[in-house]
Amino acid sequence: MKARVFITLKPGVLDPQGKAIHHALEGLGFGGVNDVRAGKLIELDLADGTSDGDIEEMCRKLLANTVIENFRIERLQDA
Amino acid sequence: MKSAVIVFPGSNCDRDIAVALELVTGRKPAMVWHRESELPDGTDFIALPGGFSYGDYLRSGAMAARSPIMGAVRDAAARGVPVIGICNGFQVLTETGLLPGALMRNAGLSFVCRPVPLKVENSQSLFTAAYNSGEEVVFPVAHHDGNYQADEATLDRLEGEGRVAFRYRESVNGSARDIAGILNDAGNVLGLMPHPERVVEAAHGGIDGRRLFEGLLETVA
Repeated sequence: MKARVFITLKPGVLDPQGKAIHHALEGLGFGGVNDVRAGKLIELDLADGTSDGDIEEMCRKLLANTVIENFRIERLQDA
Repeated sequence: MKSAVIVFPGSNCDRDIAVALELVTGRKPAMVWHRESELPDGTDFIALPGGFSYGDYLRSGAMAARSPIMGAVRDAAARGVPVIGICNGFQVLTETGLLPGALMRNAGLSFVCRPVPLKVENSQSLFTAAYNSGEEVVFPVAHHDGNYQADEATLDRLEGEGRVAFRYRESVNGSARDIAGILNDAGNVLGLMPHPERVVEAAHGGIDGRRLFEGLLETVA
């Protein structure tokens, strides 16, 4: 069983990396980009039967720093 | 003073702090590997050194904060043992929740490595008793993730309770309210990005950091 965890900075938290990417896009001539926020994607390969609660605990205890980050869990259907 | 320096894979200021502690206290600190689960008996001061533990993977300090030894550090801090976290050590302290807030990528995105002037905001703490309030000192910084951020309520509480120990005199990394170092609510845990252990001998180009350790020695020993 696989799951993906998307980690994003909370709204309002300054994202210097996103800002730099934004500037670089503008430098390449891409107009119309209003904002860029950078985050992380973590893919987990999990034992069958791992519960949503287990994954959430992984996020709270390590994968995300909930002071500054939000996380979203997406379970993938077995291919 | 019986001090312990915690060593993580990727720590690189563990020797600097050990040399500074030996110089000031006359006693070599115990170097404690992160896989240990207990501190040496009678440890009365703990230092989390600077460096790049675990290559700053995931977030700076995130992996180190979950090391086996950190349980013992947390227990010792709860008993009132003084704990200092310098640079990466500060990041580890915020990641363990021993200090509030988080240290994010520097606002200018560049690695900052230079001596910076700081204001001693609180000279009443265990760590700053040998300084005067409002005094200016110069400590070097060397970090990429030193941009201290917390929500406004937390920042107001830190200011109101005198828990901002050191403040940058100029903008260095984008830190909220130019905060360079903070104390926990009990006052026995200090985290700071600048490196006092790198200015303890004249040959270092300054000795402003020396009094931090001398002050501690006086209160702890």
